[in-house]
Amino acid sequence: MDWETVIGLEVHVQLSTVSKLFSGSATKFGAEPNTQANIYDLALPGTLPVLNAAALGMAVKFGLGIGAEIGRRSVFDRKNYFYPDLPKGYQVSQLDFPIVGKGSLTITMDDGSEKVIGITRAHMEEDAGKSLHEDFHGMTGIDLNRAGTPLLEIVSDPDLRSAKEAVAYLKKLHSIIRYLDISDAIMAQGSMRCDANVSIRRRGTKEFGTRTEIKNINSFKFVEKAINFEVRRQQELIEDGGRVVQETRLYDADKDETRSMRSKEVANDYRYFPEPDLLPVVIDEAYIAAIKATLPELPDARGARFVSEYKLSEYDAGVLVATREMADYFETVANGSGDAKLAANWVSQDLLGLLNKHNWEISQSPIQAQRLADLIKRIKDGTISGKIAKTVFDAMLHDTASVDAIIAAKGLQQVTDTGAIEQLVDTVISNNPDQVQQFRAGKEQVIGFLVGQAMQLSKGKANPAQVNELLRNKMKTK
Amino acid sequence: MIEKTVAELAAALASGDISSVELTQAYLNRINRYNPTLNAFITICDESALQQAQAADAARAKGKNINPLLGMPLAHKDIFCTAGVKTTCGSKMLHNFIAPYNATVVEKFNAAGAVMLGKTNMDEFAMGSSNETSHFGPVRNPWNTEYVPGGSSGGSAAALAADLCAMATGTDTGGSIRQPAAFTGITGLKPSYGRISRWGMIAFASSLDQAGPLAKSAEDAALMLNVMAGLDEKDSTSIDKPAEDYTTTLNDSLAGLRIGIPRQHFAKGLSADVETAVRAALVEYERLGATVKEIDLPNNHLSVSAYYVVAPAEASANLSRFDGVRYGYRCADPVNLEDMYKRSRSEGFGDEVKRRILVGTYALSAGFYDAYYRKAQKIRRLIKDDFTRAFDTVDVIIGPTSPHTAFKLGAKTDPVTMYLEDIYTIAVNLAGLPGISIPAGIANGLPIGMQIVGNDFAEAKLLNVAHQFQRETDWHKRKPVALGKGA
Repeated sequence: MDWETVIGLEVHVQLSTVSKLFSGSATKFGAEPNTQANIYDLALPGTLPVLNAAALGMAVKFGLGIGAEIGRRSVFDRKNYFYPDLPKGYQVSQLDFPIVGKGSLTITMDDGSEKVIGITRAHMEEDAGKSLHEDFHGMTGIDLNRAGTPLLEIVSDPDLRSAKEAVAYLKKLHSIIRYLDISDAIMAQGSMRCDANVSIRRRGTKEFGTRTEIKNINSFKFVEKAINFEVRRQQELIEDGGRVVQETRLYDADKDETRSMRSKEVANDYRYFPEPDLLPVVIDEAYIAAIKATLPELPDARGARFVSEYKLSEYDAGVLVATREMADYFETVANGSGDAKLAANWVSQDLLGLLNKHNWEISQSPIQAQRLADLIKRIKDGTISGKIAKTVFDAMLHDTASVDAIIAAKGLQQVTDTGAIEQLVDTVISNNPDQVQQFRAGKEQVIGFLVGQAMQLSKGKANPAQVNELLRNKMKTK
Repeated sequence: MIEKTVAELAAALASGDISSVELTQAYLNRINRYNPTLNAFITICDESALQQAQAADAARAKGKNINPLLGMPLAHKDIFCTAGVKTTCGSKMLHNFIAPYNATVVEKFNAAGAVMLGKTNMDEFAMGSSNETSHFGPVRNPWNTEYVPGGSSGGSAAALAADLCAMATGTDTGGSIRQPAAFTGITGLKPSYGRISRWGMIAFASSLDQAGPLAKSAEDAALMLNVMAGLDEKDSTSIDKPAEDYTTTLNDSLAGLRIGIPRQHFAKGLSADVETAVRAALVEYERLGATVKEIDLPNNHLSVSAYYVVAPAEASANLSRFDGVRYGYRCADPVNLEDMYKRSRSEGFGDEVKRRILVGTYALSAGFYDAYYRKAQKIRRLIKDDFTRAFDTVDVIIGPTSPHTAFKLGAKTDPVTMYLEDIYTIAVNLAGLPGISIPAGIANGLPIGMQIVGNDFAEAKLLNVAHQFQRETDWHKRKPVALGKGA
C-alpha cells in the first residue's frame, strides 16, 4: 500500500534571557537545585508576575525573522493542571492570542529541492521545574530552577512529509534561532525540545489519519529515528487491520522505539482562561520597527549574497551559512585573504573536517578566522604551496605564533630562487638517467616522477611549476 | 483616646499629648480585654507593636518622618503577607504559614511608621459575607455579639468598631470592605481596581480583588489611602496614575453635585429601615446643594450571577498552589502524590472554599466555558457600560450598602442566600469602580451603611462626598453600647 506521512512539529526553545519570564530569578543552566527560584517561582501566596520585556522582544524578533504576523494584542492564559514541579498549579501560556501568528520558512533537501513549511503560530510560556526521581529513595526531588524560564513554543503546520523533511525543518529553525541569538537551542541540554505529531494516510486522500504525539526527542538524529519508527508502527498497525489511537508516545533512544506514555486515554482538560494577573500585551508599530532594525541578515539572504558577492556555488554557500558563526568565520577569512574561493574551500573542508573530528563548535576552533586568512594570503603570494599550507595549518593547531613566524621557523618558504632550483634539477637529472632517457624518447608522463623527486629533495618547498619548467628546458637542451 | 479618629490621634501624637507607646499599649490592653469575645484578631503582635511604637516615638523625637500615620496603631487583615508574622488567610491550609516577605500595603504602612497591632480574622480566603467561614471561628459584631460583623473583612471591621485599633486594612472582591463596614458602623473604601498594589495580598479573584482602608471617618480613610495608593511595578495590574493627596479636596463644596440613585437598589428586598436612613441622607445632601435623580443600572440583577462565575473561576486557579508540596497544610502520611493532593486539600480547605473551587472548575471546563465564563465576562462589560452611561449625567451614585443591617450568627445557611448579601456591592467590583460605605443610621441597635460609588479613580470625590456628610452628621461617631468604654 502507498502511504503518505504527515508530520507537524511543536518546538520549544528556551529564550536566552538573563532572568525568568515573570520573575527576576536567574536562568543559568546547571546551577545547584533551587538556587534560582524566588518567591514568585515558588508560588508563595500573594506573589504576582511581571512580564520580562526582553523575552517579549525575542519572541517578536523570531516572528519577524520568519516573516510572521505579530500579535498587536497578545494575551496570557492560565493552563491548569496539578504537578509537583508546577508550583502555581497552572502554567502561564498563550492560547487564543499568541504573540506570533502565521509565518513560514523554506527548507532545502539534499537534492537541492526547496519546500516552504508553514508555521501556525508561536507563543510565550513559562517552563516547569524538574522532578528528580533518582537519588531519592521512594520520593521525588523538586528542582524549581527551571520553573518560569521563558519558552517560545513554535508550532508548524502539518506540512512535513518525511522524517528527513522534519529534520531539515528543525535544522533550519535552529539556524534561524541561532542567527537571531534568542536561544542557545541546544537539544541535548533541553534548551530546544521537539514534539512530533505523526500520522499516515493513503496517498491521494485528503483527510488526515489519527495522529500520535511523540515526546522526549532530544537530538536531530533521534527526530529522524523516532518518526521513522512511528511511521512504520502505524503502517504495520493499519495494514494488520488495526487502528491508530490518538495518544502521547515517548521515544526511547536506547531501544529506538516509541512507547505509549499513558495507559489511560484521558484527555486533559486544562481549563484555559485569561491570566488576570497580567494585562494584555499591546505593541505598536514603533516597537516592531525598533526590533526589526536589530534583525541580522538571516541564512537565506546571506546564502544568496555569498553566491552573488563571492561567486560561491549554491552548495558551498548553503554549507557556510548553516550557522551564523560559520558564516561570520568565512566572511572574515574571505575578506582577510582576498580570495573567497580559496577561503570557502579551506573553511568548508579543512576547518570543518577539523571541527568534526574533534566535535568542536566553531567558537572552540584553535585557528581563528584571521589566522586562516593570513595562511591563505601566503598561498596566494606564492610564499608556500597549497600542500605546504596543510603542514602550516596542522602546526597552527598547537602553535599560536603568527602564520609567517611558523613558516619561517620551520623553513617552509617555497624555494623560488632559480639557482637553488637549478641545482635541484641538475641533481635529479644526474640521479635518474633512465627516466631522463625515457623523457627524451618522448615519454612525456615521466616528467611527473622527476618533478616528484625534485620536490622530495626540496622537502616540498620548491615551486613545482618552476621545477617542471626548468626540468623540461634542461632535458631538451642536452 | 482610643475612640478618637486617626486625624485626632495624629494631632495628639504630634503635640506630645500622648506617645505612640502609650497609645499602642492602650489598644493592646483593649484587645486583651475584648478580643476573646469578638475574635477579631487571629494574631496579636504585642512585642513587635511596642517595639515599632518605640521606634516611632524615637523618630518623632528626632524630627524624622512627619507622616501623619507615624506611630499610629493599625490592624492588617490576615490576607496581607507580613514578613515573620503568621499569615493564615483565615484557613487551616495556611494555619502555620509565615511569609518571608511583606505585602506592598504592609511595606507602605511600615515606611509611614504605623504600628501593626496584629492580623485580623476574616472569612477563609476572603470567601464569605459574614466572617463565619474562618477556620479560626466567627467574628462577633461589637454592636451585638449575637450578630455577624459581615465579611470577609469582618475582623478588621469589628476591631475598628470596638476601638481595638485606630485603623485597619481590608480587601474587597465583591463587597468585603463595604458590607462589614456597614454592619459595624464604620467607614470602608474600596478603591478603583489597580489603585492599590495587590503584591503580597493573597489572591481570591485577581481581576476583582482590591485592598482598601477601614476607618473611623472618611478623613481617616483619606489619610490611609494617601499611604496605600500608587503604582507598584511588582503588580502589573496596578495603575500608572499619580496618587493624589486625598485630604486636599475633602472640604470641597457639594453645591451642584449630581447624585444618581439607582432604581434597582431601592427595589424589592430592601428593608424599610435601611431605605429610610438612606433617603434621609439624600435629603441631607440636597441641603448641602446636591441634586438627586433616579438612574437605571439595567443589568444590575445579573451581577451576582456573573460574579459567582468569574470569581470562583479565578479562585479555582489561584488556590491550586495550595497543594501541600512547598508550604502550608499537608495531610499526615500520604501514600502517594494523588493522595497527598486530595487529602491535603480536602482537609486544609473549608466547605465554602471547596464549593467555590468546584463551581469555578466547572465553569472553566471544556464545553462549559462559553456558557459560563465567557458569558459572565460579557455581562461584566454590560455592567460597566451601565455605569459609564450613568456617569454621563451624575457625579456619584448613592444607595444602600446592604439590603439590611447585620444578621444573627448562623442565620444564613443557604449559600445562595448568603451570596445575595452583596447584591449592591458586587457590580462595583465587576466594573472596577471605587465605592465607599459610610454609616447613615441605626436600626434596632445595629448600624446602617450607605454606599457611594464613583467613576474610575474618583476616590477623592467619594471621600469628599463622604466627609461632607460626616461633618453634618454623627452616625460615624456612634459607638457600640454593648461594649464598655475605655480599656
